Amino acid sequence: MAKEYIDMNTPVIEMRDIVKKFGDFTANDGINLTVHKGEIHAILGENGAGKSTLMNQLYGLLKPTSGQILVNGKPIEMNNPRDAIAAGIGMVHQHFMLIQPFTVTENIVLGTEPTKGVALDMVTARKNVEEISQRYGLAIDPDARIEDISVGMQQRVEILKALYRGADILILDEPTSSLTPQEIEELIVIMRSLTKDGKSIIIITHKLKEIKAAADFCTIIRQGKYIDTVDVEKVSENELASMMVGRNVTFTVDKPEQEPGEVVLDVKDLHCNDYRDVEIVKGLNLQVRRGEIVGIAGIDGNGQTELVEVITGLRKGTSGQIFVNGADVFNKPPRFGFDHGVSSIPADRQKHGLILDFSIEDNLILQNYEEQPYSKNHFFNRNAIFEHATESIESYDIRPQHSERRTAGTLSGGNQQKVIIAREVQNDKDLLIAVNPTRGLDVGAIEYVHKYIVEQRNKGKAVLLVSFELDEIMSLSDIIDVIFDGKIVASVPGKDANENDLGLLMAGGKVNG
Amino acid sequence: MDKKKNVFTIIAETRIIHILLSILLGFAVGAFFLLIMGLDVGAAYGRLISSVTSVKGFSYVVVYSIPYIMTGLSVAFSFRTGIFNIGSEGQFVMGSMAAACIGILLGQLPSAILIPLCFLGAMVVGAVWGIIVGFLKNKWGINEVLSMIMFNWIAFYLSNFIAGIPAIHSDGTAEATKNISENASTLLSKELIADLGLCPTANWGILVALLMTIIAWLIIDKTTLGYRLKAVGFNKTAAEYGGINVSRSILTALAISGALAGLGGALQLMGMGSRISVFSSQEGYGFAGIVVALMGCSNPFGAFFAGIFYGALIYGGSKLNLVGAPTQLINVIVGTVVLFIAISVIFQRLKYVHINKKPKAAAVQSVKEGDDK
Repeated sequence: MAKEYIDMNTPVIEMRDIVKKFGDFTANDGINLTVHKGEIHAILGENGAGKSTLMNQLYGLLKPTSGQILVNGKPIEMNNPRDAIAAGIGMVHQHFMLIQPFTVTENIVLGTEPTKGVALDMVTARKNVEEISQRYGLAIDPDARIEDISVGMQQRVEILKALYRGADILILDEPTSSLTPQEIEELIVIMRSLTKDGKSIIIITHKLKEIKAAADFCTIIRQGKYIDTVDVEKVSENELASMMVGRNVTFTVDKPEQEPGEVVLDVKDLHCNDYRDVEIVKGLNLQVRRGEIVGIAGIDGNGQTELVEVITGLRKGTSGQIFVNGADVFNKPPRFGFDHGVSSIPADRQKHGLILDFSIEDNLILQNYEEQPYSKNHFFNRNAIFEHATESIESYDIRPQHSERRTAGTLSGGNQQKVIIAREVQNDKDLLIAVNPTRGLDVGAIEYVHKYIVEQRNKGKAVLLVSFELDEIMSLSDIIDVIFDGKIVASVPGKDANENDLGLLMAGGKVNG
Repeated sequence: MDKKKNVFTIIAETRIIHILLSILLGFAVGAFFLLIMGLDVGAAYGRLISSVTSVKGFSYVVVYSIPYIMTGLSVAFSFRTGIFNIGSEGQFVMGSMAAACIGILLGQLPSAILIPLCFLGAMVVGAVWGIIVGFLKNKWGINEVLSMIMFNWIAFYLSNFIAGIPAIHSDGTAEATKNISENASTLLSKELIADLGLCPTANWGILVALLMTIIAWLIIDKTTLGYRLKAVGFNKTAAEYGGINVSRSILTALAISGALAGLGGALQLMGMGSRISVFSSQEGYGFAGIVVALMGCSNPFGAFFAGIFYGALIYGGSKLNLVGAPTQLINVIVGTVVLFIAISVIFQRLKYVHINKKPKAAAVQSVKEGDDK
């Protein structure tokens, strides 16, 4: 942990007693934040705690109801992001604001393009971009199109965009939510080198591990209230977690030993192509038995997404066999798999899991709307649907309460995931497929999701867990199958696994012994 | 919670108020043009209102509005199921022609059989016209908006072609089809029209339109079919993930939407036109349906009332020249209304304008609101 670049005498941002109200709702209730020159400051809080609201005020997107913001010691009033940019503040949003068909250079200079007369001067623009990328050690290809580069690279472009506009203070909103572990490490190195240049960085996150790895100080917000600002070196992950959720959080899952039963999912010599029609799953074999969790560990892009799509019927395989409870579901529509025992928590909850414009109650019956008591002779029984939603909201702790008729899109990510889990678990199928089930969730919600997954296993269901979070795979799985280049290259019992070996296998290496 | 909302927030959040404001602004812009032309705004709008509020006038409005309600329903249904049915024009024309052929060729049948047959034929043909487009979309991914626009023209020329077939073509000199059999007419009896003082084309088509409004509402809001269609409309991938057959849903939605427009064609023919002229240009019932659907917030009952409103504008507008105002004024008003509905997010902005600029006034306002209750 390096604090040598911090100048504790030079606060660059001071937010004093910030209150922000939306009607009756107080999103920020007296929050204080001080960030110094050369500091990496994390803002920690659960989904909906008011982190983004706070940062949006610092970036001029919202105006505080009361309170004061000082930049470089001077009080400042910001009416829009332009004022913030002028004050040297740059923000990288969780969902990148890049124009996909444009090149890296075009995106970076957008809005402040160098011109020659009335024409764009792309030569100078490109030179400027190369210069700034070298200066901060952020290697990029200035001529690549955004749509062709990885998410990690896109994030670099966003950071460069902010730096290009002269930002000295960078706000990164959930910067690691879509990055691979390697990209996260690179990002941390980049942040460090930026602080060396005297930049200050604020990261909004709920990932404790990254706070420990990257941040110097951490301000915790809970339900809109300021809890504390701590020196990250002096607190443990557990302490951070309890401050964030306001109770003790357990990271270990209660998983009794049990003998697995008969095979539920049997994948034999499966082949399929990706969206470009290039073979990506290349003869994969996989089995999941009753009462066990099989975790698929692997780096994104090795075929795990496509594997799940083929099993759930969203993608056609080129050859192979898939049996669920003995029924051949290979290249059958999703409904067929569902009827034969497949339920799933999809990777992309907003694209596959939920219909955001539908109410919670309607989302909860996505597969069962044609069954009694929800409908009879094609007409809905609204009372039954409502009651079902009320029960689900209660037993799965979906918040806010009484949200039966609210659209799913108004829920936070964690609660959206709870809706999906409520639906899929209550479907009570023999096989549960969960893909990155905790992506973007805070620790409270993660604990909850893990509890339900393990509960399914304990109840004798077969669980296939696909996750890019190695920690998650290791803590939940009974068996870890490592996927590399479209094949399962190793299968290790969960309790014997260690991170190094798995990392090697995931990268296509071999483990001795 | 509602008690504390100030009036601006209510305006900003209520869709129907946006629509009414848009209509108001449409008339305001119309008034502006009347003033520029040096005409008496009061006289023009007075004429507009008086011509549609008499018993006879209103019966005209109802008759005029039937096709607009139907195409409005058709488009509204498609909006709710995530498709933009710009092809209701063609479906309307085809439905109308189907009803005409049945009404001419099978004219001997008694009304009790012939009328339902005409309705059915029009709905089937309208549905098929929609399904073809859906098929092209499912099979080859052809953008439905493009193919619908082309199918509107195919319908246009096909209708003209059929009108020229000797068995269908008028025996007289008119460039039109024969008149449909009286057995296929939905007109009210002459005695009833005279007794009530209605317009000569008063017909019971409006009851069919109302029935269809209720059916469309039931399908969308109350049935599993509507659930499925909406699910596909909102989020195709999630619907597929949930086990819904997406291609079939798209076809179904287009078929229902097309059937509604087709039936509209039949109702217009059997109640008002009684024959189909050879077109020189598209009639625009389908395109008007888009306006009606927008004004009706894509809600079936909304479309019903918006259809009547539109019918009133068209009928009332035709009387404007009696006070020296151009009938095109109606186009100005309708165009402006649509424009404001399209940009109705500006009404949602009212909320922010208020909070940012006059926080004190807002507080006072909300206290007042609270006191009132």
